[in-house]
Amino acid sequence: MSIIIKNKSIEIVIDEEKCKGCGICVALCPLKVLVKSDKISPQGFNLPFPINRDKCSGCRICEYYCPDFAIYIIEGEK
Amino acid sequence: MYEHPLIKYLRRGIRQPFCSGCGNGIIAQCILRAINDLKIDMKKIVFVSGIGCSGWISTLFNADTLHTTHGRPIAFATGVKLGNPELKVVVLTGDGDGAAIGGNHLIHAARRNIEILTILVNNRIYGMTGGQVAPTTPHGMKTTTTPYGNIEYPFDLCKLVEAAGAAYVARWTTFHVKQLISSIKKGLLKDGFSFIEIVSQCPIQYGKYIDLQEPAKLLLMLKDLSINKDKAKTINEKELKEKIIIGEFVDREVIGFSKAYEQLIIKAREKRNE
Amino acid sequence: MNEINEIIKPGNYLMMGNEACALGAIIAGCRFFAFYPITPANEIAEYMSIYLPKVGGIYIQMEDEISSIASVIGASWAGLKAMTATSGPGFTLMQENIGHAIMTETPCVIVDVQRCGPSTGTPALPMQGDVYQARRGSHGEYEIIALAPSSVKDTLLLTIEAFNLSEKYRVPVIILSDALIGHMIENVEIPDLSSIKIIDRKKPLKPDESQFFLSEDISPMPTLGSGYRVHITGSTHDEKGIRNVYDPIYVDNLVHKIYAKIHKHIDDIVKIETRYLDDSKVLLLSYGSVARSALHAVKLARKAGLKVGHVKLITLWPFPEKLISNIINKGEVEKIIVLENNMGQIVNEVKRVLHKDIEVKFLPPEILGTIHDPMYILENLKRILGDK
Repeated sequence: MSIIIKNKSIEIVIDEEKCKGCGICVALCPLKVLVKSDKISPQGFNLPFPINRDKCSGCRICEYYCPDFAIYIIEGEK
Repeated sequence: MYEHPLIKYLRRGIRQPFCSGCGNGIIAQCILRAINDLKIDMKKIVFVSGIGCSGWISTLFNADTLHTTHGRPIAFATGVKLGNPELKVVVLTGDGDGAAIGGNHLIHAARRNIEILTILVNNRIYGMTGGQVAPTTPHGMKTTTTPYGNIEYPFDLCKLVEAAGAAYVARWTTFHVKQLISSIKKGLLKDGFSFIEIVSQCPIQYGKYIDLQEPAKLLLMLKDLSINKDKAKTINEKELKEKIIIGEFVDREVIGFSKAYEQLIIKAREKRNE
Repeated sequence: MNEINEIIKPGNYLMMGNEACALGAIIAGCRFFAFYPITPANEIAEYMSIYLPKVGGIYIQMEDEISSIASVIGASWAGLKAMTATSGPGFTLMQENIGHAIMTETPCVIVDVQRCGPSTGTPALPMQGDVYQARRGSHGEYEIIALAPSSVKDTLLLTIEAFNLSEKYRVPVIILSDALIGHMIENVEIPDLSSIKIIDRKKPLKPDESQFFLSEDISPMPTLGSGYRVHITGSTHDEKGIRNVYDPIYVDNLVHKIYAKIHKHIDDIVKIETRYLDDSKVLLLSYGSVARSALHAVKLARKAGLKVGHVKLITLWPFPEKLISNIINKGEVEKIIVLENNMGQIVNEVKRVLHKDIEVKFLPPEILGTIHDPMYILENLKRILGDK
């Protein structure tokens, strides 16, 4: 269902069912956290993967620009 | 459970119908974020949509949604608003639905200043029907029905709606999410006709004709073509030709139609015995 | 109702057909009227623009007929009883959205004050040319209700009936008036309004209800903004309003249900008026303004000793098949003459139902665009009776 990558107190959630592999999150991330991976979603799209997860600052640009509500940030407890 | 922050606004079990990278999904998010920020009760908002890809934005929402006939959402919305002025009414329309077949309703609603927010998704082509020319397609562009190049010129919809008398007029692209959310908030709170034109990427149809189908590249192209309205005044007309002028063009206080009608009712009731 | 008593108290009034239509609507609870000017319907709007605000209702003049019916549908879903009025050219423009109202099961009333067509035609003369259009004007498969008033009083009462039927069955109801009925002035007795029955749409009662469409016994209709988050669409949908445009089983279910909704309750919906049936050999069948001449002709014929009966259709659609079949069972009816101010529309329905049993004839007026002169009807009646 989703990939959860934990980075400090930020979790990057990628909903495999919803992602359509458009690549907008990959292109727009200011810190180049994401890449287009070889992993194929159930719908047949190449999923993004936060290869540089430690760099993620939780800016939510990926979340705001995702047309499919498929990637979002959950902030952990402080 | 790790659910999307906006999950409570989404209708369960509805599959996202848009093509990969379509701007409609971004716009859907912006609308929900604006509503969330303002803490407006979703039960008191009615989404009225037309026919076309943009009309499907509201099918995602867990709200009262009225899907109308092609070109007519603004007319249906006028009835909804007057039927219950307490409701917030948001129209979702496209460049064909809103400015071709629906053009007449657009200008009259603006003239009338009926208190609805119209969000017009302008992807500059007829997406749903396969890529025909639209009233907002750039001059010279090839589409499925302009194989020799478009010999018509596109509308400047913001100028049109401003001239018609709207209370709030703005244009952004799907790249400008923060400004969009802010404009949508203004539109939701405005007591008059609010119009937001959103230039949006259509990777499958539009992208095909400019040989740029990668969604992120199309989105960034929209960003590069954008120029703020104040900066646009300093540039000569030739350079402005290809540009998308963004910003808020109108923001004024004028009594809305339903408020004016309430006053009319009071007046009519005073003249009882005629 | 108290508010209406401020506009008009019980008593006798000289009134125009169009005014009676507007008054009937207000009495029925109409509080939204959208309109685009067209002859010969304008008086309905003028009356509404004066009196609707007095009862807190909304009169809006839209930019065309298409947006008029569209805003009526929107207002109906927002909870108001809503109406529009027009004539032929406008009625044609409205057809797409009438289809939307049928598809979404939206109660609303559309008045067509018929004029001579086709096209711009002759605006101020009557014709009964839109009968088929009322039944089949929109594309696709559907059923609809259409009523035909034949006097000013009829117009008032049938407008109230139209609202009641549209609320009860969640269907648009068409009133087929014409330039003659619309513009004529007659005495109308306004009764005590508390004696008039008003029907309101069924609304959902429980917060978890979600089946708002496609019941043969009429689904409850939520009001927008009351928390039901209803999805209303002109696309093929299921009982919850959720679209499915892939599987034909949804089309089959939807079309059958919107037909069944009307036909299961057809006995409650359809009405005709009959006179002198018991001993008649010939019947004159008509509706609307023509029924006035037809009744007069029947009375003249009876005075001359001819055994003629009168049948007036009040409901044109759905066609009152059973009621029409039954009328020929009484007495020894041999012929039925259908009188219409057109080239023959309802007569084809009468033929469909009765042709195996009796002879069905058609008689248009001597000049189309006028109603039949009773003497002209009598002459033709004698001629037809003379033919063996």
